[in-house]
Parts: sequence; C-alpha cells; structure tokens
Amino acid sequence: MSAITRIDTRYKELGREGRAGLVTFITGGDPDYDTSLAILKALPKAGADIIEVGVPFTDAMADGPPIQASSLRALAAGQSLKKTIAMVREFRAGDNATPIVLMGYYNPIYIYGVDKFLKDAKEAGVDGLIVVDLPPEEDEELCLPAMKAGINFIRLATPTTDDKRLPAVLKNTSGFVYYVSIAGVSGAATPQTSNVIDAVARIKKHTNLPIAVGFGLKTPEHARSIAMGADAAVVGSALVEAVRTSLDEKGRATGKTVNAVTDLVSALAEGVRSARRKAAE
Amino acid sequence: MNDRVNSLRTGPDERGHFGIFGGRFVAETLMPLVLDLEKAYEEAKKDPAFKKEMDYHLKHFVGRPSPLYFAERLTEHFGGAKIYFKREDLNHTGAHKVNNVLGQIMLAKRMKKPRVIAETGAGMHGVATATLCAKFGLQCVVFMGAVDVARQEPNVLRMRALGAEVRPVESGSKTLKDAMNEALRDWVTNVHDTFYCIGTVAGPHPYPAMVRDFQCVIGDETKSQIMELEGRLPNALVACIGGGSNAMGLFHPFLDDREVEIYGVEAAGHGLTKQHAASLAGGRPGVLHGNRTYLLMNEDGQIEEAHSISAGLDYPGIGPEHSWLHEIGRVKYLSATDDEALEAFQLCARMEGIIPALEPSHALAKLGQLARGKPKSHLIVVNMSGRGDKDLASVAGYLNKKMSA
Repeated sequence: MSAITRIDTRYKELGREGRAGLVTFITGGDPDYDTSLAILKALPKAGADIIEVGVPFTDAMADGPPIQASSLRALAAGQSLKKTIAMVREFRAGDNATPIVLMGYYNPIYIYGVDKFLKDAKEAGVDGLIVVDLPPEEDEELCLPAMKAGINFIRLATPTTDDKRLPAVLKNTSGFVYYVSIAGVSGAATPQTSNVIDAVARIKKHTNLPIAVGFGLKTPEHARSIAMGADAAVVGSALVEAVRTSLDEKGRATGKTVNAVTDLVSALAEGVRSARRKAAE
Repeated sequence: MNDRVNSLRTGPDERGHFGIFGGRFVAETLMPLVLDLEKAYEEAKKDPAFKKEMDYHLKHFVGRPSPLYFAERLTEHFGGAKIYFKREDLNHTGAHKVNNVLGQIMLAKRMKKPRVIAETGAGMHGVATATLCAKFGLQCVVFMGAVDVARQEPNVLRMRALGAEVRPVESGSKTLKDAMNEALRDWVTNVHDTFYCIGTVAGPHPYPAMVRDFQCVIGDETKSQIMELEGRLPNALVACIGGGSNAMGLFHPFLDDREVEIYGVEAAGHGLTKQHAASLAGGRPGVLHGNRTYLLMNEDGQIEEAHSISAGLDYPGIGPEHSWLHEIGRVKYLSATDDEALEAFQLCARMEGIIPALEPSHALAKLGQLARGKPKSHLIVVNMSGRGDKDLASVAGYLNKKMSA
C-alpha cells in the first residue's frame, strides 16, 4: 500500500462530516502566474476541498474550448511545468492541508523527466496526478513510479469503461477515482444525474476508493445533484470561463478576476454542502 | 530471405511498441475503442474474404497496380542512376492515401460504424475518405485546419462534391496537428457510432501498423515490377515523409533486403535552423496523438508549429516506426527545403510531363544528390505519392511572391 496522502485524509474528513467534497480545477498560470497563485490561495477559503491545478499543454486533445483557451493563455504568459510546480510550492507555504492534484498531458512530464518530476512535485507538496493520455496500458511510464514516490495516481473512468475493463482501470488507482460523466471533452454536454448515479454505483461495486464526478458541471445545482450520488463533484471549465470573462480587452487580469472565481466556487460549495448525505460507513 | 529473428518487419510488439516508440497514449474514453479496433483488424487480417474483397476494389476501383515508370529524361538530366517513379499519383483520387482508406472503410463497415471521421492536411486523405464513404454509403466528416482549407481549396470542393462535411479547425496553428486534435475530440464525443480513419502511420496502436499494412501494396508491387523490368532489386528507394505512410508503404517490404539503401525526405521548410517540419532532424522523442515518436517541441514539452509549403508534410511529428528505423539506422532521413521542393516540382513537370504534388517534390529534390555520379546500373525508385493539381495555386502564389521579393 502506498503512504497516506492529504487526499486520503481529506476524504476521511468529508466522510466524518457526512458530505461530498468540491474539487475545483484551475489552469496553472492562467491568465498569469501571480493572478493564478492568488486564485489558488483563495480557493480553500471559498470552499474548495481538493484543488486540481492544470498543467497547460499546447494540444489539449481531451478538453473542450474553455480549457484549451485557458491553457493557451497560461502558455502565452510564460507558464511551464516548472512554474506550475513552483506555484504549488508557494501555495504549500500557507496551506498544508488542502490536497493538490496536478492534471494534464504526459508530454511536458516526459520531457521534464519522470524521476525528476516526481521528486520535485513531491517536495513541492503535490499529492496526486491525473494524466489524461496515460491509460492503464501505459502504467509503467508514470503511474507505477508515482505510486512508489508516494503520489496518488488518479485514474479516469468513463462511460466506455465497462465492467470487464473496470478492474484494469482501478488496479493501480489511488487517492480517488475520477468518473468522467459523459463521453466527450471537458466543458461540453451536461450529464444526466440518473446516469451518473448508476455509474457511481457500478464503480462502487469494484472499489472502496472515493469517486469524484466531473465534466460538464457548471452550476451550483449541477454540483448539488452530483453530490447526492458521488463522493465529490469536480468543476473546471466553468471556473476557467469565469477567469476569461473577467479579463480586460487585452486578455489581462483585472481587479475582478480572483473574485470572479472565488464567488463561483463559494456558490458551488454551497450547492455541494446542501446535498448532505448520511456519513460514509 | 532473412529469418524471423533478424527480420525488421515483425514489429510492433503486442503493446504497439517499435523499440521505445509507438504505444497507446490515449484518454480512457478512447481506450476501449482502440482495443475493439485492434481486435477487428486482427480478425479481418485472417479472413480471406476480406483480402479478396480488398484486392477486388484495389484493382477495379483504385486502378492498381500502379505503374513503375522509367523517368527517362530525368535520368539523362542527372546523368547518373536510372530513375523509376512508382506512380501512386495515378491511383483513383490522385494519391497513395486511397490504399489505406479502402482498408479502413471496409473495417468500418465490418464493425458496423455508420459514421466516419478523418483529419486531413493537404486534403488528399480527406478526399480519399470522402470517396470511399460515398462508395460504401457511410456518413463522412473531415476535419481540416482553416489554413489548409484556404491553401487546398480544390480538395475542399472535391470533398463537398463527394457528400462529405468539411469542418474547418480554428484552434492552434490551424493545420494538420489541430485537425487531428479536433478529430480526437469528435471521436471521444461520438464513441458509439464513429470510426476514426487516420491518414498516416501514426496515432495509437494499432493505427501505425494497420496503415502500414494497407500501404505495403506499394512496396510489394514495386518489388515484383522491378524484378520483371530489371531482374533485380533496386539499389535505392526514396520517399517523402510527413507522417510517413507513403514512405512506409514503399520501404517496409524492402527492410530485410539490407543491400537496398532507403532514404526518407522530411520537409525542411524555410531551413532546418528556421521554421520547418523535419521532426527527426530537428525534434526529439515525446508523446503526442497517441504515440511516442520524434516531435518538434520546446524545452517545456510544448508542441511547436511546423512549417512546410506542402500542407501534407506540415506536421510536427512522424510515424513511430520511422523514429525506430531512424534510431537503428536502417533508413537514412534527409530533408528538402520549400525552395528545393519547388525547383524539383518544376523540373519534373517540364522534363517528365508529370505534375507532382508538393509532397513527393521533396523526394524528387534529393535526386540530384542520390543519382549524380552513380552508374546507369544504379536503380533508384522514387515514390510519386500524389499528383500536383491541388498545389497549382499555392505554387503560383509562392513563385509570384519570390519574383516580387
């Protein structure tokens, strides 16, 4: 078994509170390093239980237009994997409890060097990784080394992951399972709550890990309905859209940018918290 | 014949690896689809009826075998080796692309997928896909970078005439790489009814191997044709490389004939120290679009925009098997600039009465280097992978710009 991470601790706390969590996604460095860091620091107080920090990539193949655009904004402002790790380090100086998950594509990590990346990420205070283009078939690349380094490797399960395939997907997953609620890219269609609840129940038969549900959740109502059936609701595209709409005409941050995100997160957190469930066993 | 142990033709392994290259780097949503495709392809490969039907259409619809043509005046011009063209430009739809598309569309039919998507750069793969979807009665959507839609307009019109929907892609550099991103996004959204027809020897396993197998008809025919014409194997093969499917189709059947020299020609654009599309010459191994291969990127692993006058070569990556052949040294990879390709384009048109596409013009551009000073007994086969009608407007524009510069 791998070491206990902040992710494991946080889900235990949520279980004791008898509620689902809110997982928020922002792209590291969007629209610039300092604003992004300010958003990151403000997220826990606004109600984020777990934070995913997107590592921007030029070719975000699994993402819809909002996250593609936020990645390109971050890259244009000079963001890199190195700076994203530095951002987590700065965040950790003031918050040693909120779990941080880096989410992105494999190439920047591969080019950084897997061993060096895991060492630097661990030291900076990264708790988990979601790497979209590394299915279980490629576990030797990063998943197994990450487990060894004490970093959770969080796998995506999707509507196309059937019962036959689920065990393979769950095998080396730790921290939590991220259920992608629709077949599609991020920020596109909104899932049917009933389908999601069925899917979560199906996955629960195969694992004791917490299950977070994301893709297509935009409003506090979505978050609430998902929180009735899952252990956490993930919101991403709606938050990077909040960044985008707060920018000035030249695409720079304004005095409204940080609050645009935290206000939405507060509303989402309220939605999630209103969906009280009986305490997990 | 070499034995199996020493053969270079046995790859990839069961996980789709050619050495360290290849693999299946795709999102979980697509993984079950990729595994289904692999299974369907393995079954089709073993089914004699599949091969029989394919051979029938290759002959009667595509017009194969394509000629192996002695380029007499170019041979005289260079005054060295004897030059042959493998005339893939004479295939129905005007390029080698149709060989692969036929196989994949027959598979789509077999897998009962009513909708086909494809990415295209120069538009030749898009045209081939639109053509076979029309023939087999399938719905066809082609993703094409907005830049390419503008510079390859004749092919856009052809696709639309064939009943396909062409979706211009406005993201990123608006060329082939972005068209592929958009096709993957469509596939992930329409998993139940859609077959993704990839146009080159790249993408997640089994695509690189499957596309190669469908294209090997080029090399297999070349082998028997040159035996008939010359009674022996050629001394050298030359083909252009974007993703590298025409090259792989010609090269693969000759990989174990170690006496045959093999040359791939990448697009050097404005020059290797400037903007170009030569992934092997100017890139390094990375992971994109489902496979590990040589890519153009910056020090942070961000993919860089490629440049080539040829839309079909304008891609920052290359098929994984080429990366492997490069590293083991079996194939030598050269490059040709935009200017060199244009010069070869004009030379070929005027000396042979064949207007080549800008893609194979890159291969033609290396003939001086490879043919001059060689004896007449030195046989070179160039893959004339496509015809150049589609390029006339961009060639004229480029030449005008050069003259007024």
